Amino acid sequence: MSDQQIFTEIVAILTPFVKANADAITLESSILKDLQVNSARLVDIVIEIEDKFGIEVKDDDADTIRTVGDAVALVKAKQAAA
Amino acid sequence: MAENRVVVTGLGVVAPNGVGLPAFTTALREGQSGIAFHQHLADANFGCQVGGIPPGIDELQRRYLTDEELFAMNPNMVYAAIAGIDAWTDAGLARPPREADEVDWDTGAIIGTGIGGIDTVAEKLAPKVDAGKVGRLGSTMVEQIMSSGNTARLAGLLGLGNQVSTNSSACSTGTEAIIDSFLRIREGRAVRMLAGGSEGPSKYTWAGFDAMKVLNRTRNATPTEASRPMSASAAGFVPGAGAGVLMLESLASAERRGARIYAEVLGAHINCGGHRMGGSMTAPTPTGVRRCIRGAVEMAGIRPDEIDAINGHLTATFADPHEVASWSAALELPPARMPLLHSTKSLIGHTLGAAGGIECVTSVLELHHRFVHGSLNCEDLHPALADYAPRIPHRTVELPGLRVIAKASFGFGDVNSAIVFRRFDA
Repeated sequence: MSDQQIFTEIVAILTPFVKANADAITLESSILKDLQVNSARLVDIVIEIEDKFGIEVKDDDADTIRTVGDAVALVKAKQAAA
Repeated sequence: MAENRVVVTGLGVVAPNGVGLPAFTTALREGQSGIAFHQHLADANFGCQVGGIPPGIDELQRRYLTDEELFAMNPNMVYAAIAGIDAWTDAGLARPPREADEVDWDTGAIIGTGIGGIDTVAEKLAPKVDAGKVGRLGSTMVEQIMSSGNTARLAGLLGLGNQVSTNSSACSTGTEAIIDSFLRIREGRAVRMLAGGSEGPSKYTWAGFDAMKVLNRTRNATPTEASRPMSASAAGFVPGAGAGVLMLESLASAERRGARIYAEVLGAHINCGGHRMGGSMTAPTPTGVRRCIRGAVEMAGIRPDEIDAINGHLTATFADPHEVASWSAALELPPARMPLLHSTKSLIGHTLGAAGGIECVTSVLELHHRFVHGSLNCEDLHPALADYAPRIPHRTVELPGLRVIAKASFGFGDVNSAIVFRRFDA
């Protein structure tokens, strides 16, 4: 799966939770600050990422995600390690 | 300091026979039943396979709620949100933008529920926990299973800043919520309160009642005939779901902003029979019921014969004749001089924690439009009610002089609530 495909899928997962800048999501977008996602919903987003990409995301890994790009990189690394 | 007079300035309803005021009012007037056969109940081997489930919610909810909000809501919460928002807008208030940074400190909500988010527990929480998958529950379990989930969500949708709480007193819940809200405004602790009840349509809620054999299992093939309050052939209640919410407001506030006033809350009373003198967990103490009705009428400051109609609890169990006898005894009126008696549950079933909310919405609509709806399926009136027959309409009665309706709800735990509404221009 290409970086662009991963990005597109993650944006689709994030979209229902995004409260700001929905039309301008980039790899650099901060999920909490720029997109105003409720921090409580990050666990739901991680579960959806696990299901979509068939990976397991440990709590420590999830804690490293700040931007959309962080999520893309994490998925890519997990898929490469699989 | 003088106590505030309290009026009704908005209504919202999600009922099995009509969602929204126009549809619900038409259904009441025309005697439309909201009871239908449900295959999922048959598949689960319920004795009672009929119920009242509000129609069209899947499409409608998207006009009120975002995907993210719906992600964290079960039907009980959705019903309360739709009815609550409708009551707010019906009161002439604009729904605040979600991003607005203002709180309405003068407005709160008490919307009760009898059982609450049991569907979330049964369908999501318990299976995952039992499978050792706690980590995959996601973030929304608590807000869906906490008893106050329905009002907590509504507070965020409308920016409510006064008391926001969810009461629970079984089938007395909705009426109790309205009374608690009425008293809060009366004593000056709030200016407006959204008040009522909500209940989801879960088979897990209804299963316990089915197991008790208190649901009607004799009319699965003829659903609209299944809810039979006051009938000789009543054989248990029909379960239902929905929400009914009133916007209660101080008269001073309503007049100041020129709001339409549907009715005034004249008086109310709440009590418990203490499971004594014939009462129990599942049966009301007649003495308690009568004290409750009398208490409401006394607070209202009216004579019993000024009451034009009674919207009873009247569920279609063995208790109906006892309830009517209690009304007659409490009001000290013989059958021939009793107010008109009617049961909204004959149209929608028993919506449990929502019942008092929906039935108070009914009472206020009836006062506003000056009619009393008929009770379905009691042409074969219970023999103990024969003397009351002239006071029990089977079809809608137009009453240009309608001024006062009394409403009562009773619940497991031997709990009672009664309230008296009067047209404001009367």
